Amino acid sequence: MDDAIDDDIRALYQEVILDHGKNPRNFRHPDDAPLEAHGNNPLCGDKLTVYVRLGEDKKIEDAAFEGRGCAISIASASMMTGILRGKSVAEMERLFGAFHTMCTGEGEIDAAAAEEFEDDIDKLKVLSGVKQFPMRVKCATLAWHTINAAILGEQDASTE
Amino acid sequence: MTMNTAINENIDPKAGKRANFYDVEAIRADFPAMKVEVNGHPLTFLDSGASAQKPVQVLERMDQAYREEYANVHRGAYRLSELATENYENARSSVARFMNAASADEIIFTRNATAAFNLVSSSWGRKNLRAGDEIVVSHMEHHANIVPWQLLRDETGIVIKVAPIDDDGNFLMDEFAALLGAKTKLVSITQTSNVLGTMTPIKEIARLAHEAGALVMFDGAQGIVHAGIDVQDVDADFYVFTGHKLYGPTGIGVLYGKLDILKNMPPYQGGGDMIEMVTFEKTTYREPPARFEAGTPPIIEAIGLAAAIDYVNSIGQEAIAGHEVELLNHATKALGQIDGLTIIGQARQKCAIVSFTIEGVHPHDIGTIIDARGVAIRAGHHCAQPLMDRFGLAATARASFGMYNKKEDVDVLVDALLYAKEIFA
Ligand SMILES: Cc1ncc(COP(=O)(O)O)c(C=O)c1O
Repeated sequence: MDDAIDDDIRALYQEVILDHGKNPRNFRHPDDAPLEAHGNNPLCGDKLTVYVRLGEDKKIEDAAFEGRGCAISIASASMMTGILRGKSVAEMERLFGAFHTMCTGEGEIDAAAAEEFEDDIDKLKVLSGVKQFPMRVKCATLAWHTINAAILGEQDASTE
Repeated sequence: MTMNTAINENIDPKAGKRANFYDVEAIRADFPAMKVEVNGHPLTFLDSGASAQKPVQVLERMDQAYREEYANVHRGAYRLSELATENYENARSSVARFMNAASADEIIFTRNATAAFNLVSSSWGRKNLRAGDEIVVSHMEHHANIVPWQLLRDETGIVIKVAPIDDDGNFLMDEFAALLGAKTKLVSITQTSNVLGTMTPIKEIARLAHEAGALVMFDGAQGIVHAGIDVQDVDADFYVFTGHKLYGPTGIGVLYGKLDILKNMPPYQGGGDMIEMVTFEKTTYREPPARFEAGTPPIIEAIGLAAAIDYVNSIGQEAIAGHEVELLNHATKALGQIDGLTIIGQARQKCAIVSFTIEGVHPHDIGTIIDARGVAIRAGHHCAQPLMDRFGLAATARASFGMYNKKEDVDVLVDALLYAKEIFA
């Protein structure tokens, strides 16, 4: 028995992730969300739709999602929609950069971003277990690609 | 040689007895992959439906052909090229015998099953089909038997009709028959569903298609592995399969076509080897199969495929099928006892492919977690999204069995699934 792999599995499927996966937050279709995009992982057929409303100040006033997918992709969408509320588009982009680095395990998180988003990065760390499972990195980043597409006015995001 | 009748329904006591003599350990010893360890566990390989492992007999034959018998085919006036050509053409004859084709000229080597479908759609389809003509496929086709026809539809305005299945995955014969008519030009149906394991009544399908005046084509990518095929007995006009699922190498597939049909088909791709004479004004093409094999073919892959066929024959397709039925029955029973697990596909005639879902655990999470126990299964849509939609699913987990699997593999799978459930509890 290889204990290291069991530890990796436990790290991937932490309580927080399982909870978000089973009871996703912000899992709804808001009436007043002018921006939306469909995210699609063509490898597995998982699909998410992310809805966004920006305020006058170009900050994210509301973010929500619907769709189906594995525990990792649903938990990631659930956490992301909560964390991004109140953030500006530029902040979202910087945080996505940091999150992407965490998930791939390639390189270090930019020091300025690490400081700026200390609390958020702390929360998102539960998803960084995917770095031991290269095939699953896309599951964790799908929601982020999709909200990016929604805000930048693209219709669809794909992890390919 | 076909055994697609009631392979699962009534287990012949003789088959059961024969299975006792089926020396699975000796077979496993021929497959180097059976000794691989994954994450500290012996590999339990249950993804042969995606691609099968290879026996040393195939690997060594290919290695030897590359080392000592290698030259391009159909060109050199020297011994080595003659030898390579002989090997390549003998491989074609092996395939012809394996399928009981009337002639080796009816065997076209392609890159895979997908390429064989595209060949038929581009060559036969473009020449013979017009706007309004109909092609009938089933609801459980692999994308390889859907998308080439859609490309043709976009070009020509043909109509694609879909023969339904029931909730257990049975092919619905009456509903299929009702779709056939004067406009039906081609029926293209899978012999075995790669998701549900359903075996379709190919002989009856062929009879009805011919009665309607249509040609019939079968996707044998899975079927030839689990049940074999006799193309003359079934009266197939086209039949495709792919080498890598039949314990052979990647990069080689087969299109079988009746010779009189092939003779009337225009070339698919142009280039060397497929021509009689080329001038800048006019080029004439060779007879089949050469007409459809432009350029240097997959020489060593064809030789490897022939070695795989020899290997399968040395064990016996019937013996393998008998063993697989035991695995299927054991798996169906054992998986059925897991709380919250649903088997997708319970057709009356099934081969050893078991798709399933577990309540509360997504197939991808199942795949990742049981891999930690060394168990390799497929999770996803299996290149059959219309079928997934039919069952309202985005994905399933799928265990598919090969000649080297043993009953214990099922038990390891069940334990690993319980571990996955425990994590999600
Ligand atoms: C039923 C079926 N048809 C066609 C194919 C396509 O085979 P290939 O990818 O080798 O062309 C597959 C395998 O993926 C299959 O299972």
